[in-house]
Amino acid sequence: MDKSYHTIAFYPQKCNGCNDCIEACARINTGEVSPAHSRIAIVKDSEDGSFGLALCRQCGEPRCVMDCPAGALSKNEDTGVIQWEETKCVNCQLCTLACSYAGITYNPVTRKVMKCDMCGGDPACAKVCGRGALEYLTSSDLYDKWGDMEDLFVPGISACLGCNSELLIRHTLRRIGPETVVATPPGCVAGVGSVGVNGFTATKTPVFHPLLTNTASMLAGARRYYNRIGRDITMLAFGGDGGTADVGFQSLSGAAERGEQMIYICIDNEGYMNTGVQRSSTTPYGAWTSTTPVGSVLRGKTQDAKPMPVLMMMHNCAYVATASTAFMEDYYAKLDKAVAAAKHGMAYIHVFSPCPTGWRFPPAMLIEIARKGVETNTVPLWEYINDGNEFHFTHSVDNPLPVQEFLSLIGKYRHLDADQIDHIQKMNKRRIEMLKMFSEQEERRAS
Amino acid sequence: MSHTKYLIVGCSHAGLTAMETIRLQDSEGAITMVTREETLPYSPTILPYFIAGQVPQEQIFLRDQAYFDKLNVTLLKGAAVVGADSAAKTIRLASGDEIHYEKLLLATGAGATVPPFPGIENVRYQVVRDLNDALKLRETMNQAKSAIVIGAGLIAMHSAENLAHAGLKVSMVVRRKVSLFAYFDVAAAGLIEKIFEDNGVHIATGSGVAKISPSDGGRCVVTLESGEDLTGDVLLLAAGVRPRIEYLEGSGIETDAGILVDNSMRTSAADIWAAGDVAQAPQFFEPGKTVNATLPNAVTQGRVAGMDMVSDPAFKPYSGSSGLNTFNFFGHHAFSVGLATIAEPTEDIEVNTTLLPSGLRYQKLVFQKDRLVGVSAINAALDPGIMRELIRRQTDLGAIKEKFVSAPLETGRLLMSKLWR
Ligand SMILES: Cc1cc2nc3c(=O)[nH]c(=O)nc-3n(C[C@H](O)[C@H](O)[C@H](O)COP(=O)(O)OP(=O)(O)OC[C@H]3O[C@@H](n4cnc5c(N)ncnc54)[C@H](O)[C@@H]3O)c2cc1C
Ligand code: SF4
Ligand code: SF4
Repeated sequence: MDKSYHTIAFYPQKCNGCNDCIEACARINTGEVSPAHSRIAIVKDSEDGSFGLALCRQCGEPRCVMDCPAGALSKNEDTGVIQWEETKCVNCQLCTLACSYAGITYNPVTRKVMKCDMCGGDPACAKVCGRGALEYLTSSDLYDKWGDMEDLFVPGISACLGCNSELLIRHTLRRIGPETVVATPPGCVAGVGSVGVNGFTATKTPVFHPLLTNTASMLAGARRYYNRIGRDITMLAFGGDGGTADVGFQSLSGAAERGEQMIYICIDNEGYMNTGVQRSSTTPYGAWTSTTPVGSVLRGKTQDAKPMPVLMMMHNCAYVATASTAFMEDYYAKLDKAVAAAKHGMAYIHVFSPCPTGWRFPPAMLIEIARKGVETNTVPLWEYINDGNEFHFTHSVDNPLPVQEFLSLIGKYRHLDADQIDHIQKMNKRRIEMLKMFSEQEERRAS
Repeated sequence: MSHTKYLIVGCSHAGLTAMETIRLQDSEGAITMVTREETLPYSPTILPYFIAGQVPQEQIFLRDQAYFDKLNVTLLKGAAVVGADSAAKTIRLASGDEIHYEKLLLATGAGATVPPFPGIENVRYQVVRDLNDALKLRETMNQAKSAIVIGAGLIAMHSAENLAHAGLKVSMVVRRKVSLFAYFDVAAAGLIEKIFEDNGVHIATGSGVAKISPSDGGRCVVTLESGEDLTGDVLLLAAGVRPRIEYLEGSGIETDAGILVDNSMRTSAADIWAAGDVAQAPQFFEPGKTVNATLPNAVTQGRVAGMDMVSDPAFKPYSGSSGLNTFNFFGHHAFSVGLATIAEPTEDIEVNTTLLPSGLRYQKLVFQKDRLVGVSAINAALDPGIMRELIRRQTDLGAIKEKFVSAPLETGRLLMSKLWR
């Protein structure tokens, strides 16, 4: 029963009302292009120019199914699609009264009801949408797929409710597998008990607890030892932003410059969260922390965050990427590349990691914040592959949402005034412009 | 005596919805459903379509046995409840067996009313409430040439249409000025009646039944108060419904026309809920309680009851009964939600009506200040479910009210897309 299903997601800000989806839907279902046959409808708000969607949500508790007197509607357990059986339907239209989304509608031409069946798993609307406004999402499937694999962290570690780091380390180690040595310097990941409580570790792989300053050099040494005895073992660091960008930076920089073989993952929760929420060099401008307080004089942090992933790209690492847990599919693909790159050099992944405890938001909002960070261009998703000097965005940075849609969800930004928001918006823009230079270089070379 | 955590009496829309709602929260607690029917569950609403031959009998069922097995629900068929003891927490079946419960839902629906028309005892008449009625009607229908339908509600209209489709000459007796008065105003009902007349159904409105008498060949004659005589081979009564509560006599559960419930569908007795056609529940637009014998209402109430029975954290109380239905007839389609029969505007009620008799299109929007309170439509492109939800949520249309009036389909969808996200 606990199955997650595919879904057609709508991003209204990317829609321009071209109606291609409507035609595609009508065509695939009837061979005609008349919108009367379309199961999907896009409506335009003439006032603000925004778009709305009327489409079946393939509900978990489908009201249409409950209200059908003929048993003509049912939820397919395997696909999650609410299926309509024409031969059973008596055309009473009670389903059109049951659905609050116009997900099942009356077609005046066929004189029958109709609804989206997700084209048997290959929806024509999402395929035809060139702007990415409709997307056939499979990411929850990925959680399922990897959720079924052995979790290399034991249950019962003591992370905060809704902790992004826990989600991240469990999924990362599932993907990378047991032939791994894990280093967790002081920080949340070590603090939740991964390096051990009462003589037991919380991982099913070897794990050790370096100092805050020397994670990368210890892993470099361990890898050289395994190279000498002829075993291909992945070296993996889960560092916090403090252990990565502040005091651990010199050892990391050295290891990157030498091209040591490892995957270094920086879980960036933008401060020292497990010791009482102090600022770090990746704490963003304007953010409240216990050492950048908000009062009559100070209004949160006054400096901008250190652009850590860009610095690592400048080290000529074998592979550098940014990631967000709201885009797991993207993260998994990047992990695969990191595993391959770490066979000959350093792979560095910088993961945006909202923290319910230190940033002050309800745990249930975690993924939404991780998503809004990306969608507002606060956390652009990109990757750099040294071999071939490739740089590209893995999530479009065009048409971002206004940054307030991200900031307003988070308590540590509650005090921001218009000037501060303006500054953040400008910095986001500048960062994108800088990154675009890399990607344009890349395009020029390719052409 | 057997024991069960949840006992649900009645296995139709209200009962099934409650069961499914309980299972979402409690995947293990024992659930027993009892129904007096010998068959798998089916909806009474399907019966007119079955009578018309639109669906074969083996296809009318709502769920199959495998469904109950999978959800680990015990379904007792052919088990009529004849008594309940709320103190001992037991119910008694016709077989003499007793079942002990922790929580009980009564969802026994409603039966057809048989008004005391003078002479009714001397003629053969039929009602449509369960499968047996439908099978009987199909049989008589096949040998008949004409029929009289008494009643003005949806069941009467559906039945009249189906009898007409079967080739019978049908007359309807409607005591009021128009039919479907619960759902449509005079203009809309008149439009619907005209379509019925155009399809050969004679509708005698504005006059009640004076007497009913037998005629030769098993036929019967219905004499109206107006003096008009109608003769038919078949007499079908669809003059209202009556909640099935007889078995509750002496149980201590408070009843009026139906079982009295509050906004959680709780009855006056501890750990006993009631939902669907059998319940008399609070109303949406005005104080007092009413029996709302419609399918969507049975589902809504079944869901509320189920959530309360299983202490679902997402529980929201019943927002109250109001009229809502769809009506599909002779290739036309209509629906009505909320206060759709109000004809005249008042101080804070605004009525916006569009009537296109040529194209047989009708649309009526009723507002109370800036909130939509009623919609009815015939052959109009509107989403009934969105209209229902705008009314239920008492959405303040404010600045976009005019836009809504001029383009209710698009504006409704846009609102839905924004509000529901
Ligand atoms: C011909 C017809 C057409 C209709 N058309 C429409 C329509 O178009 N739109 C609409 O909204 N509604 C329509 N309705 C009404 C709709 O079917 C009901 O509102 C709905 O079925 C109510 O569901 P319920 O679960 O409350 O009760 P019911 O569906 O009446 O089910 C009652 C259940 O209780 C069981 N039961 C009864 N007494 C006992 C007992 N003593 N012991 C054990 N079990 C018992 C029965 O076997 C049955 O399983 C129609 C009804 C009829 C009869
Ligand atoms: S048609 Fe409507 S109620 Fe049914 S599954 Fe789709 S969105 Fe949900
Ligand atoms: S129109 Fe068909 S699918 Fe919809 S409720 Fe009626 S019978 Fe079911």
